[in-house]
Amino acid sequence: MPMFLREFLSWMLRYRRTWKSTIVISVANPLLFLVAIGAGLGRLVDPSSLGGLTYLEFFAPGLIAAAAMQNAYIEGAFAVHGSLRRGQGYAVAAATPLEPRDIMAGHLLFMAFRIGTSALAFAVVMMALGATRSPWAVLTVPAALLTGMAFAAPLAAWTVTVDKFDTLNKVFRFVLMPMYLFSGTFFGIETLPDWLRPLAYVLPLWHGVDLCRTLSLGTATLLTSAIHVGYLGALTAAGVAAALVTYRRHIHV
Amino acid sequence: MAGDDGATPLIQAEGLGKTYPPRDRRGTGFRAVAGIDFHVNRGEAFGFLGPNGAGKSSTMRMLGCVSPATEGTLRILGMDPARDGRKIRARLGVVPQDDVLDPDLTVRENLTMYGLYFGLPRRVIKERTERLLEFAQLEEKAGEPLGALSGGMRRRLTIARSLINEPDILLLDEPTTGLDPQARHVLWDRLFRLKQQGVTLLLTTHYMDEAEQLCDRLVVMDKGLIADEGSPQELIRRHSTREVLELRFRIDEHEQAAEKLHDLVRPGEGERVEVLPDRVLVYTHDGETTLAAVTAARMTPITALVRRSTLEDVFLRLSGRTLTD
Ligand SMILES: Nc1ncnc2c1ncn2[C@@H]1O[C@H](COP(=O)(O)OP(=O)(O)OP(=O)(O)O)[C@@H](O)[C@H]1O
Ligand SMILES: [Mg+2]
Repeated sequence: MPMFLREFLSWMLRYRRTWKSTIVISVANPLLFLVAIGAGLGRLVDPSSLGGLTYLEFFAPGLIAAAAMQNAYIEGAFAVHGSLRRGQGYAVAAATPLEPRDIMAGHLLFMAFRIGTSALAFAVVMMALGATRSPWAVLTVPAALLTGMAFAAPLAAWTVTVDKFDTLNKVFRFVLMPMYLFSGTFFGIETLPDWLRPLAYVLPLWHGVDLCRTLSLGTATLLTSAIHVGYLGALTAAGVAAALVTYRRHIHV
Repeated sequence: MAGDDGATPLIQAEGLGKTYPPRDRRGTGFRAVAGIDFHVNRGEAFGFLGPNGAGKSSTMRMLGCVSPATEGTLRILGMDPARDGRKIRARLGVVPQDDVLDPDLTVRENLTMYGLYFGLPRRVIKERTERLLEFAQLEEKAGEPLGALSGGMRRRLTIARSLINEPDILLLDEPTTGLDPQARHVLWDRLFRLKQQGVTLLLTTHYMDEAEQLCDRLVVMDKGLIADEGSPQELIRRHSTREVLELRFRIDEHEQAAEKLHDLVRPGEGERVEVLPDRVLVYTHDGETTLAAVTAARMTPITALVRRSTLEDVFLRLSGRTLTD
């Protein structure tokens, strides 16, 4: 068994004890949003303004991507910080045959598990509510997973270098939240002013949102999907590459 | 394999040092360990005695192969931590200075998780877990969450955990700091047993009684350097007299009395007077006789105590400071 699987297994062992509390924040919360805004508030939106879509159909696939980003922050930033600075779970693993890169890979795999299962639960509800228009919608699960990992990997790489927990809170509030709003989750970026729109194209979340949305609506094209996947995949790879360095430096101090 | 033939030491450090990188661009690095030499033989209990900040934990972390040395060489079980960290760690047991146990897991699960890290089969983990719970006297707490443990129990659990891979070498960073005397004795007893089973023990402490009780050999560390090395008895013989007369005087008499005491000792025979802020220590071969001389010289200490020399006195001699200040 590769060493990093040992780290993954230890996270799973812990998860057996903690899954109940994580369900609320990673699954129930987004679903509540989906119902309240998508099906409730969204009724006020005239489908003609969305090219014939209901607001729920528009919003749900955007939210699955945004929820993946949020879960990536919980796992890739908050949990990583706790493992290095507070609970020091990383130090425990580092005293065993595991190398920092195993700890990193095992934890990333667990993050993928968390982000993926949350996306799956969301997708099931989304389909049950009739918020999808195409069988391609099943691919929103891997798409959301990729979106989440495009955040989780770079975040983990950065978080091990961060001393103060407060820094993570600030970044959440002042970077993640604006991204949430301006990446086309709640409204299409076509409605943004011209000068702001190019900015949205750079935001990783926009790529995730657009990928999930076009899949869910059945309007995805090979080229744009490839661009989205390539961009998110590149971010994930860059995050892993950076994490290889930062994990070693900050675990083997 | 080198290090296993009994002739070469299990652990060998030469000029070993650690300089931490600066915390920010303006800062400078900090040399916590400044080039130390020592070796540890198989089956020995070897101690690092020193005050706060001496570099004990930094040394332990280098030995644990989780902190790369920045100078010198280190060989553990004949291997180089920079190259064979994995292999070395597989044969180490580590008890860090702070108990880092998983609060989300039960007592038993904490042991299981550690077994997983070493890649042990489930069956082996299960069997060893039960044995270690017994060893740590935690059978009754096995299924409970970690919050239900006292400080002493947590420490015992940490030690039990470090034994899951049946290590050849056990690294204990301040194993009993913060425990009450009874809990310390229980722990000492467990460590004695391990030693009898042939486990090589390395421990840091700033308790001289712990060092005297547990260590065959030790080094006295201060400010990142080794001040001296030897068995507790050797060190005491080398740096102190057999007995110590501890005297306390009224504050206004303290200085004056200390002056007078200098006339009562025979420096040629290693006797001397050490003046501390709150008391005066007279190092002498015969405490009672010296005390009689003090009384005869019409000095009136508030308290007077004759005791045997300890490692505390050795440390005081070597560093000019007490271990606990
Ligand atoms: N990661 C680090 N970065 C920078 N400096 C450090 C680091 N770890 C320890 N130090 C410094 O190195 C010195 C030695 O620390 P160390 O923890 O090795 O001492 P110690 O002998 O274990 O002390 P104590 O008895 O308090 O545990 C201290 O001055 C400490 O501040
Ligand atoms: Mg220490």
